[in-house]
Amino acid sequence: MTQTHSPLPSLRARAATFGLSESEYDLLVEKIERHPNALEAAIVGAMWSEHCGYKNSRPLFKAFPTEGPQVLQGPGENAGVVDIGEGWGVAFKMESHNHPSAVEPVQGAATGVGGILRDIFAMGARPFAVLDSLRFGDPDSPRTKFLVNGVVEGISHYGNAIGVPTVGGEVTFHPSYQENPLVNVMALGLLRHEDLAKGTMGEVGNQIIYVGSKTGRDGLGGAVFASADLSDASQADRPAVQVGDPFMEKLLLEATLEAIEAGVVAGVQDMGAAGLVSSTCEMAYRAGLGITMNLDDVPTRETGMVPMELCLSESQERMILVPVPGREQELYDLLAKWELDVVNIGQVEEHHNYRLMWKGEVVCDLPVDLLNEAPKYTREGVESLGIIAAREHDLTDIPVPDDLGGVLLRLLSHPTIASKRPIFERYDQQVMTNTVVLPGAADAAVMRVKGSAMGVAATSDCNPRFVQLDPYVGAAAAVAEAARNLACVGATPLAITDNLNFGNPHRPEVYYQMQQAVQGIGDACRALNTPVTGGNVSLYNQYVEANPDGTHRTVAIHPTPTIGMVGVLPDIIKRATLGLKGEGQVLYLLGELGDSIGASQYLETVHGLEAGKVPPLDLKLEQTVIDGVLGLIRAGLTDTAHDCAEGGLAVTLAEMAMAGNVGLKVQISSDTRADALLFGEAHSRVVVAVSDPGAAETLLRGLDVPFVRLGGAGGASVTIALPRQNVELSVNLTELSAAYDEPLNVVLG
Amino acid sequence: MNVAVIQFPGSNCDADALHAARMNLDPSARFVWHTEEGLPAGTDLVFLPGGFSYGDHLRSGAVAARSPVMQAVKAHAERGGFVLGICNGFQVLTEAGLLPGALSRNQDLHFLCKPVHLRVENNQTAFTSAYTPGQTLEIPIAHGEGNYYADAQTIEALEGEGRIIFRYLDNPNGSLNDIAGIVSERGNVLGMMPHPERAVEALLGSEDGRGLFQSLKQHRTEVRS
Repeated sequence: MTQTHSPLPSLRARAATFGLSESEYDLLVEKIERHPNALEAAIVGAMWSEHCGYKNSRPLFKAFPTEGPQVLQGPGENAGVVDIGEGWGVAFKMESHNHPSAVEPVQGAATGVGGILRDIFAMGARPFAVLDSLRFGDPDSPRTKFLVNGVVEGISHYGNAIGVPTVGGEVTFHPSYQENPLVNVMALGLLRHEDLAKGTMGEVGNQIIYVGSKTGRDGLGGAVFASADLSDASQADRPAVQVGDPFMEKLLLEATLEAIEAGVVAGVQDMGAAGLVSSTCEMAYRAGLGITMNLDDVPTRETGMVPMELCLSESQERMILVPVPGREQELYDLLAKWELDVVNIGQVEEHHNYRLMWKGEVVCDLPVDLLNEAPKYTREGVESLGIIAAREHDLTDIPVPDDLGGVLLRLLSHPTIASKRPIFERYDQQVMTNTVVLPGAADAAVMRVKGSAMGVAATSDCNPRFVQLDPYVGAAAAVAEAARNLACVGATPLAITDNLNFGNPHRPEVYYQMQQAVQGIGDACRALNTPVTGGNVSLYNQYVEANPDGTHRTVAIHPTPTIGMVGVLPDIIKRATLGLKGEGQVLYLLGELGDSIGASQYLETVHGLEAGKVPPLDLKLEQTVIDGVLGLIRAGLTDTAHDCAEGGLAVTLAEMAMAGNVGLKVQISSDTRADALLFGEAHSRVVVAVSDPGAAETLLRGLDVPFVRLGGAGGASVTIALPRQNVELSVNLTELSAAYDEPLNVVLG
Repeated sequence: MNVAVIQFPGSNCDADALHAARMNLDPSARFVWHTEEGLPAGTDLVFLPGGFSYGDHLRSGAVAARSPVMQAVKAHAERGGFVLGICNGFQVLTEAGLLPGALSRNQDLHFLCKPVHLRVENNQTAFTSAYTPGQTLEIPIAHGEGNYYADAQTIEALEGEGRIIFRYLDNPNGSLNDIAGIVSERGNVLGMMPHPERAVEALLGSEDGRGLFQSLKQHRTEVRS
């Protein structure tokens, strides 16, 4: 063993530079019964980072249901896989690229897309859809405009070039994301069951093949960078942001899928966070074996690279392939057709160590298990007193505005609610010719499966204001909303992936949010039969700001557990979109009328208050409403459905009218305050338009779905009458569209 | 009709092109890899698909235009064989000199994907005979470099010879004279930025692209490779 990199006594003191605490360093010494060298310390630091090792989050995951007959691959692989029937599976996963996007939005977002796509095709699935969940700060600020433009350009640049359509997602704005935006990218891939691939080293004697881009110094230490707070100094970490090449990725994609289909690979994994180390280390762990790799053989794009750089570089578009023994040459030939660099960098061995050679010497020799079994921390969570106070805030004295039509226009023009068309038009939404429902046309994206009557639907959802005010209900509500959105296009919800974005888990109030949110997701997934098949954790999403007096202020993001959900349409002909289809149809609300303005966008936008109780979530009611919507769509009784979310019932109705270019007139009789009826954000509610009200009501009664007959479609304005409050709101479609269509163009500038 | 879809590294509408060709023209349409030096015997139509051939390195279409298979495509075109280039395929055709002009960055400098309306300007071509003159088509675009440019003399010739066969009704990218698609002097090579292969099934929103394939079907050529 050589100890060339640093004198021993200082290594413990420098542990933090490797992302290790001193106690973690001591634990490592205790386990391996010697001091590590600097390379080993850095490798352990990367593998034990939150990004790779989930040390703060994994103990909480016990709350997640992960099994079900629909689950072909649960958590622990590159991506989860669900069975959609007829021998088809859908691989899907969501991942964050928050910190890279905060300092270099174009490449940060682009490589976010590239990274998640590699996870998908590493499973043997052809990527066929991408959704982006994006959260930014104040839409009027120059920084937000810079970030939005950069992130959209990055996604557009990478996704369009590689030829996977961007079909949906969310774009929302709140000051808590001002310095620390969220860029969560979800990808879906289609595979035949027999092509399901795994990230394993297979058996002793197997070769370890490096394929794709050469290794450079970009993205060095990205996993550790992603697992620390952002600050002014983060700009100096720009070298930790990788640069993407979608052309190389396209070659890798085609070559990898061809190799898997040809049956010549025993294992495959992309080099993502912590690069060469994490990919090979995880593959060895899954195989329960050791490996020896020769770092001299790693292809480099710069001279003079040292082991630390070779191991931890996060250069993009690199994969590890393990050939089926005896079929190595076939794999080489196939990769050569795609003009890819291919190098055999090591082999699988009997011992259980992760052994790296460089210039003839062993430079790392650590147990594979040790690297893959990061210490787990269970912390004490305590709810913030400020949040409790905000939740308990008495809202009874909030005045109901006189001009409710004006409020509707104000909400429609809030960039969180306003049309996202200006952004979606910059993405190729249709390449691969499977996109049946385009972004914005319905509550979820719908793709056909060529050669089958089935469709696949996908959505990503989270209302961070709900989670901020009540992490348990808020996170459960994100699952419920995702399931409802799928039902609104006619899809049966199948399973979720999650992207858990939180602040620094060492802060008790943040840890409390994580605990509660994970519990909420678990309970909702159990109730709605949508197991968790994987996901990603992004912590330390907070910004440390220096005050003029030398003290510091920490701004944490709203806790944002983004839920990505996938569903299946047995017959794609039976689907729904949100736009009204013509005059004369009858409008129904499935679920209950809103009775509170608590935690609503309305309260925040109009009254400047983020407060009040999140409306209670009844998961049984949610399932009933979902059954009702699916029942109507599949019986052919409706092809128009839209859920109620930010902005409440009034915004839902306005969106349906604008999308169909047909007005509507409804009447709501209830004693609740007018603003709660119009803009309250109670969960489990869907508006449908039907042509045969008798048959629809019979079906809904048969399923015990509560419903309210609202009125009908027609005319050129949206008119909502509240006779008991003596209020009538009426705005014509032109005025609504003017408010709704432009705001994102302004943000994009 | 025998269809060959050329695949360059980085092509990403290749499978879409093959799917549309098999549905509408030739159930046994096949891919031809860019390193091939010849076309399959009996090829009637060469289909250059959209995408980002060679990652748009250098200029979009520039590297693909110099790949081995393009010599065979040029020979096919010179013999009067049909060539259809869509989006990046159009860019390849201008780079290869099979069509005049060039496609530069969209006027607003952004990639744009949306349905656009086209007017059929000339239905007296092998690609448009199934349409009526002046017919309006709804076909999607998806490109960042679709801004057609040529010198005044070329534009005049294109106009005078009826070679502008599709024109945008609402020009999305700044193309001169609203040009969306042009044919070669002999009328056997078509380049267009919009994607008719994305508009051949009602399920996907529009069937207005089918006429293009139906036209070709009526014009079974005697010129084969």
